[in-house]
Amino acid sequence: MAEYSPKVIDHYSNPRNVGSFGKDEDNVGTGIVGAPECGDVMKLQLKINDDGIVEDAKFKTFGCGSAIASSSYVTELVKGKSVAEVAQIKNSVIVEELSLPPVKIHCSVLAEDAIKAAVKDWQERHDAKTGAAAKPKDDTAAA
Amino acid sequence: MSVPKRIYMDNHATTPMDPRVLEAMLPYFREHFGNAASRNHAFGWEAETAVDQAREQIAEVIGGKAKEIIFLSGATESDNLAIKGVVEFYKDKGNHVITAATEHKAVLDTCKALERKKLATVTYLPVDQQGRVSADQVREAITDKTILISIMVANNEIGTIQPIAEIGKLAKEKGILFHTDATQGFGKLPLDVNELGVDLVSGTGHKIYGPKGCGFLWVRSKGPRVRLTAQMDGGGHERGMRSGTLNVPGIVGLGAAAQIAKAEMATESARVIALRDRLHRLITDELDEVYLNGHPTERLPGNLNLSFAYIEGESMLMGLNGSSHGDLPAIAVSSGSACTSATLEPSYVLKALGVGDELAHTSIRFGLGRFNTQEEVDYVAGRVVSEVKRLRELSPLYEMAKEGIDLKQYFAGVQH
Repeated sequence: MAEYSPKVIDHYSNPRNVGSFGKDEDNVGTGIVGAPECGDVMKLQLKINDDGIVEDAKFKTFGCGSAIASSSYVTELVKGKSVAEVAQIKNSVIVEELSLPPVKIHCSVLAEDAIKAAVKDWQERHDAKTGAAAKPKDDTAAA
Repeated sequence: MSVPKRIYMDNHATTPMDPRVLEAMLPYFREHFGNAASRNHAFGWEAETAVDQAREQIAEVIGGKAKEIIFLSGATESDNLAIKGVVEFYKDKGNHVITAATEHKAVLDTCKALERKKLATVTYLPVDQQGRVSADQVREAITDKTILISIMVANNEIGTIQPIAEIGKLAKEKGILFHTDATQGFGKLPLDVNELGVDLVSGTGHKIYGPKGCGFLWVRSKGPRVRLTAQMDGGGHERGMRSGTLNVPGIVGLGAAAQIAKAEMATESARVIALRDRLHRLITDELDEVYLNGHPTERLPGNLNLSFAYIEGESMLMGLNGSSHGDLPAIAVSSGSACTSATLEPSYVLKALGVGDELAHTSIRFGLGRFNTQEEVDYVAGRVVSEVKRLRELSPLYEMAKEGIDLKQYFAGVQH
């Protein structure tokens, strides 16, 4: 087991934004990534307001110290950003912030996957709620 | 009494030296520094006398003869010499070796090296859920080419003790040589080479409160006389089986450690078992879903290997070992989690027991020993309980399980 950077230790010892949002909150996107067999499971939840801004985030992680720190850091990173910005976050930002060694890079990748999964989940709920109206707009944007 | 700054509970990895052992060794660094192979002066004679005394001390622990002890660098070299030495020497008789999936890497990788070089074919016996092989399994694996059986006394991760006497009886009946890696059992469990029917025994000093870098191989000299091809060429020391100037201070330390281990085995075992059971009870009284890995009774006195469902082993170690909570005492234990290994694979021993990867990732090995106190046990139990509770609050798996979600089903088919 490698030595940990001070920031990993800080997030591990004092994780930010631990917890879960209520099940009935419909403006929440949930991403659960990883698997128990691999030793890493992250649950990341993003609460996104009507303007498409991440108002709040919560996480729970099963994994090593670096996995816990990566997801804890992500909850700080996403707050106040737009959905589009959040979807662009790359794992390298996490690696740099936490000074993760090469063997722990997969923890940051998993955290990036968790963000993407949470955004996707929110998008699907959002689209379902607003009906087909959102669709043409997206298509236009894509074109 | 206050809790010490650091608590060592990793006594399967290594043990602290007993001060009595160090005392016995010191003169052999200074005034008695001679080469045990120097036949022409007192410096050599003193060294040789000390080495012979250590041979006696070790032989007494295992019921063998002093001259049957070969000194070498440690258990890894001892396993290598026993297995490679037998396979090479008896190549005209056969080339098949039987061992078990949960042996130490010093045995497994030696066998694999022989296979790679096409010097042997090896059967790796599976173990049961408690980590044991049976004599019947060995019997079924024997072929007319089988020349060696190598099964350990007790496992270093889970502490499971193998039925050595039953396998030894079978080996005798079939006329097959039987090697046992006694690294973890030597000096901790009563062992008698004749009652066990073994022909080669490997052991080392640093697991029994002696020095590192010094071990032994016991080689039966009669009934049968076991022959080995030396793996180290040189001056023909140790009856030609292991060349190299003897590590006299180390050997003196190994001998002293063996003598103390034998003299205090009964009382020490009882004390360590009581501490181990207390630790187990204090933890399970406070926490649910804690699983014991290994055999409930046939296990090393100091071994407690537990899986704490829903939390990952390395994160647990981080909470205990002083990486975080810097103001609290650092607790040294180890884990079968992938994250603690270079390969990112969870423990092959736990896998061999059929413990699922998800539980292997959550395992912690506590190794209690001679110098642990009840106060330390009580403190460690408290820290473990609070750390597990904290990490379970952080664990999405714990939350999902409490909600009644079937995790196996939920994560089925997830790529990893």
